[in-house]
Amino acid sequence: MKKLAISSVAIATLLAGSLYAGNGVLRLITWKGYAPKALVKKFKKETGITVKVTYSNNEEMIAKLRATRGGGFDLAQPSVDRIRFVQKRFHIYHPIDYSKINTSQITKSMVAAAKKISGVDGKVYSVPYIYGTTGLIINKKMAPGANDWSDLWNPKYAGHISYRLKRPILIGAAFGMGYNPFALYGNKAAYKKLIDKVAKKLIASKKYVKTYWTSGDTQKGLVDSGDVWVESGWDAIGWQVHDKNPNIDFVCPKSGALGWIDTFAIPAKSKNIEAAYKWINFILQPKNAAYVTNKSSYMTVSKDAPKYLDKKIKANFKRSYSKADIDNIKWYDALPSGFASIEAKALDRIKAAE
Amino acid sequence: MMENKKGFNITFYLLILPVLLWLIVLIVLPHIYLLISSFQGETDSGASFFTLEHYETFFKNKIYWLTFVNTAAYAIGITVLAFIVTFPVAFYLTKVISKKYASFLALLLLIPLWVGELVTVYGWMIILGDHGVINEFLIYIGLIDKPIEMLYTNFSMTIGLLYVSMLFMVVPIMSTLESLDDSLIEAASDLGASKWTIFTKIIIPYSMPGITSGGIIVFMLVIGDYVAPDILGGKSSLWFTEQIYNEFLSTLDWGQGAAFGFLLLMISSSIIWIALKLSGQKLERVGS
Repeated sequence: MKKLAISSVAIATLLAGSLYAGNGVLRLITWKGYAPKALVKKFKKETGITVKVTYSNNEEMIAKLRATRGGGFDLAQPSVDRIRFVQKRFHIYHPIDYSKINTSQITKSMVAAAKKISGVDGKVYSVPYIYGTTGLIINKKMAPGANDWSDLWNPKYAGHISYRLKRPILIGAAFGMGYNPFALYGNKAAYKKLIDKVAKKLIASKKYVKTYWTSGDTQKGLVDSGDVWVESGWDAIGWQVHDKNPNIDFVCPKSGALGWIDTFAIPAKSKNIEAAYKWINFILQPKNAAYVTNKSSYMTVSKDAPKYLDKKIKANFKRSYSKADIDNIKWYDALPSGFASIEAKALDRIKAAE
Repeated sequence: MMENKKGFNITFYLLILPVLLWLIVLIVLPHIYLLISSFQGETDSGASFFTLEHYETFFKNKIYWLTFVNTAAYAIGITVLAFIVTFPVAFYLTKVISKKYASFLALLLLIPLWVGELVTVYGWMIILGDHGVINEFLIYIGLIDKPIEMLYTNFSMTIGLLYVSMLFMVVPIMSTLESLDDSLIEAASDLGASKWTIFTKIIIPYSMPGITSGGIIVFMLVIGDYVAPDILGGKSSLWFTEQIYNEFLSTLDWGQGAAFGFLLLMISSSIIWIALKLSGQKLERVGS
C-alpha cells in the first residue's frame, strides 16, 4: 500500500511537472527556423523566461489547438489567412492587445495587412512576423526558359516536375491558367467550378509529374539531387539550395507569386500571455529579426532589420524579385469557411487519378 | 473463512483495477467518442446534429472506397509476401543452425526495430532513389545507362511496408517452430515422405497458429501504417490512413475522419475474421 501511495505521488508530480506552465516558461509552437536557439538563450538571459519550442505546420497547429480548445501552448504561429475561419468556428485564439506590441519596429503595411486579414468582429488575432512567397524553384541549366506556373504542366519538362499537392498549387495553377481565384472568395459555386477546372488540368498533366513533394526537406532534396528541374516552392528554400548549387534558384512566376504572412497568435488558454508579448517584441527587434533572416533566408517584417542583413541575403532578394514581381505578388486573403473542403476534394481526385 | 475470502477479494480487485482502467480509459472510451463524432455533422456556425452523411460519403464517392480496397489489397499482398520471405528465415534459425548462432542472428533481425520506422524508411529512399545506391551501382557496372525509376512508386512503398512489418511475422513463426519435435520430420522422411510432403503435411500445419498470428499483426500494421506510404509512395499511391489524416488536418472535418477511422477498424477486423474462418483457425488458439 505504501509503495502504491509513493508511486502515485510520484506520478502525480510528474504529470504536474509536464502540465505546469508558470511565469518562467513560454510554450511556443512554431515553424522550423523561426525561433533559433541563440535567440532563445538570449531571451532567457534578458527576461529569465525559458522558451520551449515545438516545431509544426499550419494544419497540425490548428488541429492541436482545436483538440485542446486553445490549450497546451502559450504562443502559436499560424499563417495569417488561416486565422479567421478557425477562430469563428473553434474560438481557439485570444485577441491581441496591440497596445502591448511595439509596432514602431514593424513595417506598417504588414501590420495593416495582419489586422485586416485576421480581424474577427472588430478584434485582431495576429501580429505579423515573417513573410515570403510561393513560386517556382528552377534548375536553370536544365530548364532555362521556365518562369511561370504553367511550366508545371509543360511537356518540355516531363518527368522533372514536382509540386506539393496542397492548396497553393491549386491557387498557383489557377493564376497560371489566367484566372484570379481570390476574386471568387465571395462566390462559393463559382470558386468550386474554377477549382474543378484546375483539378482537370492537373489530372491531365499528371503524367509529367515526377512526384509530389511533402515538406521543405523533400522540396530541397528533389531539386538538389537533379531529379527535378521545375517545382513549386518557397523563396527561402530556393535560396538555401542556391547557396550550394548556383544553377538552382527561386523564380517569381510571371502570373504572380503567392504571398503569405506568418504571424503570432495567442491561444485561448495561454497560461503566460505576458511572456508571449515579451517574446514578440523581443524577436522583432531589428538585430534579432535580422539574425533569424540571416540564418534561414525568411524575410522579416521588422522595419530596421535590413541594416543588419548579410549581403548574400540582400542579393537573393534582388535576384529573384524585380519591382514588377513585387507589385504582382498575390497575397492570400482569409479563406472563407467551407472552401477548404472544396479544395480537399479536388486534391483527393488529383491524387487518385492515374 | 470469512477473512480469507475478503483478502482474496481485495487482491482480486487491486489486480483487476489496472486492467479495467487500461481497457476503459485507453480503449473503450476513445472508441465510443470516435463513434459518436462519426455521426456528428457540423453547421457553419459550429452547432452539431446527428447525421449519416459521413458514412454515405464513403460509399458514394468512388475515390474513398477505392482507396480502401486498394489499401486492403496491398495489405493482404504484403502479408503473403512477408510469409514467403520470412518462413525460410524462421525455419533456418530454429531448425538448421545451432542454438548459439540462432539467438545472435535473431537479435540482428531486430535491429531495424530499434532505429524506428522513419529512419528505416529514409534508408530505403537512399537505396532506391534515381541517384541511389542500386541505380548508381547498375550504371557503374554498365548494366543500364539511365536510372530505373524505383523510388516514389508502388514498388518502393511495398518494399518499405514489407521491411518494417516482416519482423512481426518471423517472431511468432519461430516460436511455434521451436516446439516442433524434429523426430516428426525424421520419422516422415524415414517412411519415405518427400520434402514437399513433409513441408505441407507437417511443418505448415504445425506452425499454422504462428503463421496466423503473424499474419494478423502484419496485416493490421500495414493497413494502419502512415509513414511508409506517405514517404515512399508515389504520386498515385493511395493509402486509407492518408485520407483519415487529411480529414483531420487539412479539411478539419473530424466527423468525416472519425467515420473513416471507424470504417477502417470495422472492415479490417472483418477481413481478419473471414481469414480466420477460411483457414479454420480460432482466435483463442492464435493468441496463445
